[in-house]
Order: sequence, then C-alpha cells, then structure tokens
Amino acid sequence: MAEFSVDPYGDLYARRTGGMSASEVRALFAVASRPEVVSFAGGMPFVQAIPVEHVLELVEGVLMESADVALQYGGGQGSPGLRERLCMLMAEEGTLADPEDMVVTTGAQQALDLVGKVLVDPGDLIAIEAPAYVGALSAFSAYEPRFLPIELDDEGMVVERLVEALVRGERPKFVYTVPNFHNPAGVTMSARRREQLVGLCREARIPIVEDNPYGLLRFEGDMEPTLRSLDPQNVIYLGTVSKVFSPGVRVGWALAEPGVLQRLVLAKEAADLCGSNLNMLLTERYLAGETWRANLDRLVGTYRRRRDAMLRALAERFPSDATWTHPVGGFYVWVTLPSHLDTRALLAAAVERRVAYVPGTAFYPDGRGTDTMRLAYSYPTEDRIDEGVKRLGELLADEEELYRSLST
Amino acid sequence: MSAELVAVLAGGRSPEREISLRSGHRVMTALRSHGVDAIVVDPAEQALVETLSAATVSACYVALHGKEGEDGTVQRLLELIGLPYTGTGPFACETTFDKVLAKEMLATAGIPTPPWAVLEAAALRDLGAGAILHRLAERVSLPAVVKPARAGSAMGLSFVERETDLPHAVMNALSYSEAAIVERRIDGTEVAASMLGSPDDILPLVEVTPKSGVYDYAARYTAGATEYHAPARLDADLTSTVQSVATQTFRALGQRDVSRADILVAADGSPWVVDVNVSPGMTDTSLLPMAAQAAGITFADLCERILRLALARGPN
Repeated sequence: MAEFSVDPYGDLYARRTGGMSASEVRALFAVASRPEVVSFAGGMPFVQAIPVEHVLELVEGVLMESADVALQYGGGQGSPGLRERLCMLMAEEGTLADPEDMVVTTGAQQALDLVGKVLVDPGDLIAIEAPAYVGALSAFSAYEPRFLPIELDDEGMVVERLVEALVRGERPKFVYTVPNFHNPAGVTMSARRREQLVGLCREARIPIVEDNPYGLLRFEGDMEPTLRSLDPQNVIYLGTVSKVFSPGVRVGWALAEPGVLQRLVLAKEAADLCGSNLNMLLTERYLAGETWRANLDRLVGTYRRRRDAMLRALAERFPSDATWTHPVGGFYVWVTLPSHLDTRALLAAAVERRVAYVPGTAFYPDGRGTDTMRLAYSYPTEDRIDEGVKRLGELLADEEELYRSLST
Repeated sequence: MSAELVAVLAGGRSPEREISLRSGHRVMTALRSHGVDAIVVDPAEQALVETLSAATVSACYVALHGKEGEDGTVQRLLELIGLPYTGTGPFACETTFDKVLAKEMLATAGIPTPPWAVLEAAALRDLGAGAILHRLAERVSLPAVVKPARAGSAMGLSFVERETDLPHAVMNALSYSEAAIVERRIDGTEVAASMLGSPDDILPLVEVTPKSGVYDYAARYTAGATEYHAPARLDADLTSTVQSVATQTFRALGQRDVSRADILVAADGSPWVVDVNVSPGMTDTSLLPMAAQAAGITFADLCERILRLALARGPN
C-alpha cells in the first residue's frame, strides 16, 4: 500500500471547488454559537419579534383553504399571488415592479447563485464593493470569476474608482452592490453616488446587480431611491423577506428584464424545479394583512435601539484609535482597528472571552481587511451588546499592550 | 462485548470543538457497529458529572480535543467518579498537552526535539520581555515555527522567516494560549507515529505531504488537500529509527493506550519530535486511523481495541 487516499473522490472534484476548504475561523464559529458567547458574528434577524400565534393562524389558513396547492409542485417562477405581494413590498421603497418580471427564489442567496450561473463564464470580471457581502463572493466564486474590488466610503461605492478601472480598460460583466445599510460595512450609498453609478453603467452598458435585503430597515433620515427605480432596464434587483418576515421561509426574488428573467427562471427550474408552495403561500398571507407593518415597525424600533446600544458601547469601551461606521439602518457596524492588529488572529482569544465577530478578511477576495471586523447588533439584547463590546474592548486593550511590549 | 453503556466524550468548549464532535460521532458509530451501546456526551451541552452519574455509563471513551479534554481535567474528574476511561492519565496528559513541559521532558530524556524558546504573555506584559525578542531569534535561529504552548490542530501556528515577522506570529499564538513557543523549523519529511497498546506497539508510520506545502488547519481537515502514504516512504533502517524514537517519546511522556507523535525527518535522516497528542484525531482525515488501516485494523476494530484497554484496566 503506497499511496493512502482518505478521499476516494480526490481527483474527481471540479476545479470550482478549489476554494472550498476547512478553516480555523469556521471551527471557531462552532464555539461562538454557544449561548454563553455574545455573538456579533451572524447577521441573524430577531425572529422572536414575529408573533408565533399569528403565523400559526396563517399556516392553518393555508392548509385549510389550499392544501392541494400548498403540498404540490408549482411553477418555476413562483406563485403569482406572492409575486403581486412582493411588488407591493417593493413599492414601499418607491420601486415600480411588474410581477411578470419577477422570479421567486430560495432566499436572495439563490438569486445570487442564479445570476452567477446565467451571467458568469470562468475568468469573467465582476466589480464588487471592498468589502463585499461574503455570501455573494462565495455564490459567484463557484463560476470562477475574477473580482474587481471597488473601495467604499461613507457614501457607499466610490464610483470614481470604478471609472478609473474602466479607463484602465477593465471590463466587468456586471457591478454588484448592496446600496442600503451595507453588509458588512454598514454604510448607505448617497443619492449623488446612485445617480453617478446608474449613469456610468448605463453609458458603459454594464448591468448593475442591486442586492437590497435591508432597505425597509431604516432607522432615520430619508429613503434613497433604489437603483432599479433609477434605471429599470439596466438593473437586476434582488430582494428577500428574510428581514421583514423570516429567513426560515427562504423566500427571496429577482426582478429583471425579460431576456435575463427567462434564463433565471430556467436556471431556477434546473436547480430545484420550484420553490416551496407552502412557504410561498404563507408569505403571501403574511404580507396580505396589515399586521406585517406593525411587526416591521416594532422590529425596526428594536434594531434601532440595538444599534444605539452598540454605538454607545463602542464609544465608551473601544480604544480611541479604532474607528467604526454609523449605520442608519440594517444590521452591521464595520470596525477598523490600528493596522498592527489582526482580527483573524484575535478571534480565538475573543471566543475564549465569550464574544465573537466576523474577521474582516472574509469580505475581501484578496486577503485584505486583516485590521477590520464586522459586528452585527441585530440579535443580542442591549445588555448583552454592552457586555460583548466590553469584553472586546478589554481584549483590544490587552492586545495593544502586548503589541507595544513586543515592539519596544 | 458486554451490553453496558459507553459514553463517548466529544465536543466541549475548545476551539477544536467541531473536530472533536466529528471524531466522537465516528467513534460512536464504530462502537455501535460492534454491538457496543454507545452515546456521545458533549460536556458543553450536558452537565458532565450529572449525566455520567445519572445514566448507567460503564466507561468513557475520551474523544475531546484541546484544553480540558487533553490537559488532564476530564481525566481527573473521571477518576473521581470512578469510571474507566480510554487513554493517558491526568498528570501525563497535563505535561504532554503543555508543549513547554513536554519539550523539557523530551530534552531531559535525550529525545531529539528542535531547539526552542518560550515567550509568555505575562513576561511580555509585566517584565518587558519584548526588548529581547532578538535573543529568541538568535537562540532558535530562523526560519522558525511559532505556536501556542497549549492548543492543537495547528491552530495559531505560523511560520517565520524574518525577525520582523516575529511579533505578529507571537501575537497570533498568544491568542490561543498564555505562552508561545518559538521552535526552529526543520525541513524534511513529516511523519506521524501512532501507538496502540503500549509504547512498544507502534503502528506503521504515516507520511504527510500537504499539497500546499504546509500542514496547517485547512490541509489537515479538507479531504484531498493532503497526500498520505502509509507506511511512510522511508527505508527499513530509517523506519525503525523513527519508530524507536517514537517508543522512547511515548515512554518519556507516560502515554497510555493510544497516542500520536508528529516527527520530522530531516534530509540527513535525523528524526525530530515536534508534537505529541494524547487524544489523537479520529476524523475521516486523521492520522491514527490511517496508521491502523495500514496495519490491517479497521476503524471499528481500532475503536473497540482502545475501549477494551480501558475496560481491562478498570477504574483508576
């Protein structure tokens, strides 16, 4: 027995699985999800705010009145009634949408995968924000693209950097952006930048993929127009009910022009035939009443208080040379530490102190972001947020002392 | 075997929780396939003492990795409860898990281990040890491997080529442990020597060839990321030299039932012991099960043999 193979499939894997590997950070998250740990790691919606009795009534209604549909296969595009409701949800942000231009997906995450499947050939360039949503990076990566990271500031994507890249001759297949309450950066694209980006992309004939999971979770200030509302022809819009209702029902959608939509629907059918009728009917009913608004208002209030608690705690307990973003909605604060601190290396010590975050490197395709971290305030209570930030602040102070003693 | 209940201890709160759960569930399934009534008990989910006292547990299989599981804490507890358990006893666990103590003991016993120096967080914070960081580099001579004194699975480990990279590597290691070991890097063939039974019973050596060149966390636990050769591609003389070093190592560190030593064989054929694990991984990519398989022992047989050693010994 010369060569010993632990994996008989070793030579058979597709090239696109090359980036899929075990990691220390993932292993640490297994400990971080334990209840004694204050976790700022996962962006988990506070689903406890959704009244269970109400959902139970809705489920009962679905099964009493339409069990034959709920328990059956459905069309690949998703139930027409739900698509109507989702268009009404989009109207809340001033986006006009036709249910015929929409495909319902298994969360917006599946829409990301389908966009990759339909638009990306190996080696294609995708313009992304730096940092970018990690789930989009992993969904697109399966199609072996190259990434063109475009810097973010307090007004969202720095469109001038994209212009420079185009002038250099870069030719992205599309631009991927999370304009509202960015994951992970917490920033929101300004009206000026929206106009600029939409104008540039229209002129350069580069489509925009607008991912807007958090749009209705605004705490203050005026709503910005969606990119889709500024240029319906050139923007593929992705939405989800995960943040306004529940991530458990796995209902998201993509809105696109007919040619793109047709391919997205065919790709969706190839992937899983159709979404869950039971979940789609439930979601349709949830959005049909008026209760969802009251629930959403309550949720937004909760998230606002948690955001306040986190910003307060950071100001009080973090070292003075750390900086962070001030989100006006959504789930996340993005922290930048002095450059000598490596948040990946610190994670083990943080978990040992019963607090967790996501190291910034996860959100870059190129190893950048070692001095950054994403903190999600959506799930822990205000007291726990304060306690968690306190633990992190103490750790950072100790690490700073350690660093100083090492560089004397 | 008897119809008694065996608790496979796995999980826990260490950074190696996930790996331990993988090990533990595989051991449980293997024991069940041999008619042993086995359950997984996760000390992070269930109060350990209560669970072991309440259930009619007759023995424990220790598949915990990392602190608590490997540093003697759990073993001491099991002795108090009066349950037989697999593997090494508390004191030997404690000295083996702490690489600072283990390396001292190996050196004292005349077993080759690469030159090293220790840097404690307390020495840095309170005693100004940072000022003599260059001494560390001189003592060990670069390139070096920097690792936490008390951790497993290559977590917190980094390679250092230049002195300027030392502070970052030390901080990385100190994230996992209160002390960091800076050890001279030995280039050569990495082999794992596994013991099953007594220190004289060494299974075939397993040679480890990570495709990335570095046997780090990803190379250890991603199937297909590392090539293994069992037995290792060493000639008969070298094989027996390495096995005899392994025997001395297990004896010097008081290992019982099962253990694994990671040994680097330099280009000149000299073996260097770099690590010893009292609770070797039992996952699908782990080295001890491969060594056993190379000796014709199936995974289920391996688990049962380890359990029998504990049962034969009885409560400690």
